[in-house]
Amino acid sequence: MSTSIKSSTNELTFASVPAADGLNKALALSRVDIIDAIHESKLKGRGGAGFPTGTKWNLAAAETRTPKYMICNADEGEPGTFKDRVILTEFPDLVFDGMTIGARAIGASLGLLYLRAEYGYLHEHLENVVARRRKTGLLGRDIAGIEGFNYDVLIAMGAGAYVCGEETALIESLEGFRGEPRNRPPFPVVSGFLGRPSVINNVETLAWVACIFSKGVEWFRSYGTGASAGHKLFSISGDCEHPGVYEFPFGITVAKLLKEVGGEDAKAVQVGGASGRCVPRSEFERRLAFEDVPTGGSIVVFGPDRDMRAIAHNILDFFVDESCGQCTPCRLGNPKLLQGVEMLQEGTCSLQYLNDLKGLARTMQVASKCGLGQTSSVAFMSILEHFENEVLGRKPLL
Amino acid sequence: MSDKTTLPKRRAPLSQLLQPDLEPAPPVVEGTIGAKITVTIDGIETKVPLGTTILEAAKSIGVKIPTLCYHPDLEIAGICRICVVEVEGQRTLQAACAYPITDPIRINTYSRAVRLARRNVLDLILSEHCGDCYSCMKNGNCELQSLAEEYGVDEFRFGHLEVPVPVDDSSYSVVRDMNKCIRCRRCVRTCIDLQEVGVYEAVNRSNRVSIETFLDKPLLTVPCINCGQCINRCPTGALYAKPALHAVWKAIDDPAKHVIIQTAPSPRAAMGEMFGLEPGTTVTYQMNTALKRMGFEHVFDTNFTADLTIIEEGTELILRLYKALVQGDTSVALPQFTSCSPGWVKYAEHFWPEFIPNLSTAKSPQQMFGALIKTYYAEKMGLDPASVVSVALMPCSAKKFECNRPEMNDSGYKDVDFGLTTRELGSMFRQAGLHVPTMPKSDFDDPFGGATGSGLIFGATGGVMESALRTVLELVTGRKLETIYEHGDIIPVRGFEGVRYAELTIDEVGPVPSILAHLVPDWEWLRGATLKVAIAHGTANARKVMEDIKAGGHFSKCHFVEFMACPGGCLGGGGQPIPTSKEIRSARARAIYGEEKTLDVRKSFENPAVVRIYEEFLTDGPCGHKSHELLHTGYIDRGKFIE
Ligand SMILES: Cc1cc2nc3c(=O)[nH]c(=O)nc-3n(C[C@H](O)[C@H](O)[C@H](O)COP(=O)(O)O)c2cc1C
Ligand code: SF4
Repeated sequence: MSTSIKSSTNELTFASVPAADGLNKALALSRVDIIDAIHESKLKGRGGAGFPTGTKWNLAAAETRTPKYMICNADEGEPGTFKDRVILTEFPDLVFDGMTIGARAIGASLGLLYLRAEYGYLHEHLENVVARRRKTGLLGRDIAGIEGFNYDVLIAMGAGAYVCGEETALIESLEGFRGEPRNRPPFPVVSGFLGRPSVINNVETLAWVACIFSKGVEWFRSYGTGASAGHKLFSISGDCEHPGVYEFPFGITVAKLLKEVGGEDAKAVQVGGASGRCVPRSEFERRLAFEDVPTGGSIVVFGPDRDMRAIAHNILDFFVDESCGQCTPCRLGNPKLLQGVEMLQEGTCSLQYLNDLKGLARTMQVASKCGLGQTSSVAFMSILEHFENEVLGRKPLL
Repeated sequence: MSDKTTLPKRRAPLSQLLQPDLEPAPPVVEGTIGAKITVTIDGIETKVPLGTTILEAAKSIGVKIPTLCYHPDLEIAGICRICVVEVEGQRTLQAACAYPITDPIRINTYSRAVRLARRNVLDLILSEHCGDCYSCMKNGNCELQSLAEEYGVDEFRFGHLEVPVPVDDSSYSVVRDMNKCIRCRRCVRTCIDLQEVGVYEAVNRSNRVSIETFLDKPLLTVPCINCGQCINRCPTGALYAKPALHAVWKAIDDPAKHVIIQTAPSPRAAMGEMFGLEPGTTVTYQMNTALKRMGFEHVFDTNFTADLTIIEEGTELILRLYKALVQGDTSVALPQFTSCSPGWVKYAEHFWPEFIPNLSTAKSPQQMFGALIKTYYAEKMGLDPASVVSVALMPCSAKKFECNRPEMNDSGYKDVDFGLTTRELGSMFRQAGLHVPTMPKSDFDDPFGGATGSGLIFGATGGVMESALRTVLELVTGRKLETIYEHGDIIPVRGFEGVRYAELTIDEVGPVPSILAHLVPDWEWLRGATLKVAIAHGTANARKVMEDIKAGGHFSKCHFVEFMACPGGCLGGGGQPIPTSKEIRSARARAIYGEEKTLDVRKSFENPAVVRIYEEFLTDGPCGHKSHELLHTGYIDRGKFIE
């Protein structure tokens, strides 16, 4: 457990929502009304991509093929992200409530929670919660007296690959194969686990689902911005005085957030983990929201003395290691970018080659098979854009 | 057509799956199939069936999209990304091979973004490809080389692989040069999905991904069946059949050697492709001339021993049935399995060793010929068998392994010295400046003479079965086959379906012909009997049949089953010209059946050379002592794990 959570977890909204409250309220509604409520709440996925949860559920609900599956993505692999761990540790019931609500909405008979390998120590804890829920009738047959609503949950362990957080790689891994992303379409809502309609939601998304039914759609929507409703958990780390898990409404500016955590002198902030973008000081007035600077919640603060080249190197090094190695742009492109950064460090990268690398990065962003390769060069490109002189080893012009 | 709801073929053992349920997927909803959708490709509007991929749709209007990891015979991977196209309204480019059209989308296949992406992808692939084109087996027939040319690659922008890893040439059949591998995984999908053997897998992540055998062992020491289907689908020169052509040239050049060649039917229906002819153009008789000019003393037709195989194998079947049905011998293994496909034989030895007794002990036509060349032929010609070099032209890479099986020396020498593939002989012809299609025609040489059609159709799936049935039916009924089947064509066993089943009832029986008189007293026991036969081609289909037999299902009631390791049978063999596809294989099959129609003798036992050899040499008849010594063999329980 992180020892440095400033706002203690009792201060999070999740602490004020009793287990099974949202679930019971949701199960009193019809399936259509559940989905409508989620639609109206404007809840968007907290896993990074920000896909509207109501739309996703609706697509899966419309599929006629059964069985269907409700999958919770607890792979939390994005560097600098640790909010799902807090939720799983402190508020697991909310997550299972959210999964059960989703299962009811789409007509799933089984839920699967895919747990990050490094969170293996939480496995027993979660199994105990599931066992308790089975005993109290929150899982099993005819849940909440709804005839035919049979639903159970399995917990599956990941094996340590970052890419398995990508939903189709996660499914492959669940099925026992190499964790490699699938071609999309078909999307999981049509053909997911074992080829059946499946919804994959992030841990935090599901916990918010439970809150929305407990506290109401209006309550949820009253926070955040128009396009990014509600609160969001942030995992904040790096060069700041009070790193930890925080809850803020969407739309908070980078500057305000830095003030809260004691990181005002930051030179730049990496938003959205390794796959996110690097926001320089000059853009600290920008808002953290899907319509401005999107994020899955990871914020890494870089202090004034940080070497931006080293940061680019560090991030690319991560992707070189974590690419599943399936498709050409990502498998071979990331090593070329990494090598490019090393050449920059050594002063052997010509401007023309740097240009080639930028073109390569653009190709990786549009031609890679999955989100990993499509985003791995985002940080590199934004560092190049905002810290060109530093990266090229030039003295700034006076 | 890819249905958007189908699950791709699975690649791992079921036991490995986390599977809360395994009921079969419900059938696709009626009404969605056959629906058409309008799509605009590069400004051209066209209608395609729902679920057609962008690649297929583009092809249908003559727009070529480059591909590398795509192969028409294989599951879609969508990983090389060379086929990316722009779909209007989408942020990212889409892989044309993997994108099913379900909406009226607008596509651009060569926009600036697409061209830049393709060039970058190509440059990346070249950076890990040790492309010494002029010293490569695939020079001139390499998909990567063609793309580099098409996209005007003029430098190795992202570097070039210099440090070679050792080439694995441990196998008798398949050589793996991983310095040329571009990780398209066509071989992996061929071996696991198409053939369901599974000796390759992608291991590791990122740029450390490599295609390896189990624990990266040499190919010789894993359960590779040598079928060479991976070779036929490798886009580069990473996989090729182990060359024998240099050794053959050397033998031809040696005046002390008497070099002969037997040619199998399938290469003759495909050699034209090596000279740019349309698939399905037969060049049998032109090739005879070219081979003689090249320096082979004699050219023989493998059909001769195909006929011999039919007689021996058919007799073996009759004997098995007689023992089981009349003598009540319960130890007789039935159904009898064919054994002329060395890929299938090795597959059975690895994966179904408990069924080895079911394999016909009759050798394959190649090996029967080998044994006779260095005995019967050498004797007849007054040659020292040690000076005879016996070469076999085969559509097959597994034949190279087969002729090296240690037990294949019943003549006292190595029965067949070298197996050549269609591709290798094609390059030998070119080296000798022999343009096969324009050669004058000439016939095969005595003493083995021309062939029967029965032997010829061995090349296509179902051919061995049809040949065997023609012979057995006529021998048993005493009636001309043509009075039972029109033209004597046993249509029920023909076709390209992966698994086929047929029943033939024997209504009447005739006298036992003299050639079999020493084995059975009469045919009364077969009167009214129903002969049940099955055919499977491609080891994935073979597996289906074997699993059913093992479970005591439908196929376990069969009397005779034909198995071919390669999809389509020999004409789709691992030594045939590249590329391959369903259409190409069908064209070759048409050529074989077409040529067969022109032959006078279409039944093995009517082949005068066959009659003569039983009179002159194999005097104790089919399955007799001498034939057992020379024409039959045994098998090895190999299991899946090799030390
Ligand atoms: C490389 C990669 C890694 C990802 N890792 C995670 C992860 O660890 N946790 C997560 O919830 N989503 C992750 N995602 C996003 C998922 O693919 C998916 O969009 C998400 O789980 C959907 O849930 P949501 O709609 O509730 O956000 C990842 C995506 C990519 C491309
Ligand atoms: S982009 Fe990277 S991680 Fe994603 S499929 Fe391609 S190689 Fe794998």
